[in-house]
Amino acid sequence: MAKFKGVDFYNIDSLLTDEERLTRDSVREFIEEKLIPIIEDCYEKARFPMEIVKPLGDLGVLGASLPTEYGCAGLGAVAYGLVIQEIERGDSGIRSFSSVQGSLAMYPIYAFGSEEQKRKWLPAMAKGDKIGCFGLTEPDFGSNPAGMVTRAKRTEKGWLLNGTKAWITNGTIADIAVVWAKTDDGNDTIRGFLVEKGTPGFTAPEIHRKHSLRASVTSELVFSDCEIPEENILPLSKGLKSPLMCLSQARYGISWGAIGSAMACYQTALDYAQGRVQFGKPISAFQLQQAKFADMLTEITKAQLLSFQLGRLKEQGKITPSQISMAKRNNVSMAMEVARKARTILGGNGISGDYPIMRHMNNLESVYTYEGTHDIHTLILGAEITGHQAFE
Amino acid sequence: MKIIVCVKQVPSRDAILRINETSSWIQDRDIAYDVNEPDSYAVEEALKIKEKFGGEVVICSLGPERVQVAIKEGLAKGADRGIHICDPALDNLDALAQARAMAEVIGKEGFDLVFTGLQSDDYGFAQTGVILGELLGVPSATIAMAVEVQDGEKSVRVKRELEAGWFQWYQMPLPASISIQSGLNQPRYATLKGIMNAKKKEIRKVTLSDLSISKDLLVPKQKIERVYFPVKSKKTEIIDGSAKEAAAKLVTKLKQMRAL
Ligand SMILES: Cc1cc2nc3c(=O)[nH]c(=O)nc-3n(C[C@H](O)[C@H](O)[C@H](O)COP(=O)(O)OP(=O)(O)OC[C@H]3O[C@@H](n4cnc5c(N)ncnc54)[C@H](O)[C@@H]3O)c2cc1C
Repeated sequence: MAKFKGVDFYNIDSLLTDEERLTRDSVREFIEEKLIPIIEDCYEKARFPMEIVKPLGDLGVLGASLPTEYGCAGLGAVAYGLVIQEIERGDSGIRSFSSVQGSLAMYPIYAFGSEEQKRKWLPAMAKGDKIGCFGLTEPDFGSNPAGMVTRAKRTEKGWLLNGTKAWITNGTIADIAVVWAKTDDGNDTIRGFLVEKGTPGFTAPEIHRKHSLRASVTSELVFSDCEIPEENILPLSKGLKSPLMCLSQARYGISWGAIGSAMACYQTALDYAQGRVQFGKPISAFQLQQAKFADMLTEITKAQLLSFQLGRLKEQGKITPSQISMAKRNNVSMAMEVARKARTILGGNGISGDYPIMRHMNNLESVYTYEGTHDIHTLILGAEITGHQAFE
Repeated sequence: MKIIVCVKQVPSRDAILRINETSSWIQDRDIAYDVNEPDSYAVEEALKIKEKFGGEVVICSLGPERVQVAIKEGLAKGADRGIHICDPALDNLDALAQARAMAEVIGKEGFDLVFTGLQSDDYGFAQTGVILGELLGVPSATIAMAVEVQDGEKSVRVKRELEAGWFQWYQMPLPASISIQSGLNQPRYATLKGIMNAKKKEIRKVTLSDLSISKDLLVPKQKIERVYFPVKSKKTEIIDGSAKEAAAKLVTKLKQMRAL
């Protein structure tokens, strides 16, 4: 297999620093050598490749944008985005693992945790020695997390947690769950809690029969009279804004990740079309197929520019949540379109596990839905543009 | 141990190459570059020796501004500092002239080992390592498949690759110059922390004016006359006669073409 050399029609590479390019290339090489050879088999068997967690940690991708004092790499936003892009070029499920670990489990500990909590968890999570998950969604509250019914009641020694979380990435394999629950302070303030694996009253059964993100673990988190010691509340968490801040981090990364999936599908289709001969010509020589390539490359390039500038805004501290919504919304749906077009170019082979397209396509169905569905981001943009919020 | 690793940046393997206007070389604008493959192995070997014996690994590269990224890659993997020999007057010289510039810088630095890649993936001359050894007045070994520092860091044993699957063990005193063959180790990934750390490491720039080489020593002794794509030609010749006669004719022809 030829080495992947990236898709860069607008020479966006020239806008990157040496460090950003080195970061991208190093992760690309790792994913090419360590993930791509095994991922199809993992997907088929619905197996999360646990063996890749430590090497990902050694490479430094887990929580890569958090500061070095907690054992992280301290990457800038664009470099971090490129990391996520390369992981998702391998597989959205493995990217989900690392997004959740970094943006949804390590980030809230970093942003809302006590110094002891940070010292205890962040270095171990950066190394891949400990795995985290993020429990916000519930069976009856997805797009509307404010309605959550999971409750934490004050006790003498801490808190008593009751409720169920659904669709939680990494749930079953997590050593630490960051769980969001309403507290009984009179205002139902949502706070974050660190629930350690093995805490009595806490179970995390895996959700099976998924047709998407099969190489990623998705679970329920069930709490029944689960006692949480006082030192496990995230002291600085306050209100729904806290988990939403985490989601902004993760959504930012996802906007880059989707480009990775799209690149994988585009490149696979291009290589295939150049070699596949019908009616005496490579199918890439037919106008109908060329139109697909022109569309795919244009859409990928636009998405790259969106994410690149979004990253620079993030680095300058000027990013807004609705700007992130635009990139997540556009890039994920772009990747789905690219996957579908690319699939058609491979004809029958397009549906085969011998090629990565169908896997990416199925994976992207989840990415379209989680981290704020496509529709919800439409409404966020709508509210931003018009001043009328149309959620309710 | 102080090890200086000479690293060259070469066009990426899958770069689409065009010949330049004067047919003297490829058009080097707008193509991607990578670290020359055996040089990556040389960096890894140096880092492994440093991990075992302590000391310092210095990455040295000659070339235009863009080669900084090749130096940074070495620094990201764990090398301590870099030297960038950067002067337009030194670009496009032959291996001897470039080795002269490098030898002067490396000689002044002092070293126990100088590593180069066996050859560069662009010109493929396989000269720089040997010439460097000669100019520095130290023993050289080429095509190293294993490097063992011995004797209380006073000598080095090198496994050299010969033809037809043969190897040769070779012992020489330090300091020495060794050209490294691809495949002798497993190059590490540059970790993201390493890449960020590398920003703080020194890359010293050296220009021609810092060197005391007279201009006439830099006149190339070797020149590429013309670069061209292989000319494809198809010629079919039917050899007739009986099977026996045809076979004999075929053998003669193949011998004439030196195919046999
Ligand atoms: C594989 C996977 C992994 C996940 N991992 C996690 C995780 O780690 N942690 C976590 O907390 N959650 C996780 N989720 C949950 C995910 O965030 C939710 O599925 C998502 O927020 C949507 O919620 P829902 O499934 O309840 O759908 P619903 O909210 O019921 O939405 C169903 C449909 O209704 C639409 N809709 C909803 N409200 C409106 C409205 N106001 N106007 C118009 N249309 C509307 C939606 O766009 C969607 O099309 C994961 C989900 C999946 C599939």
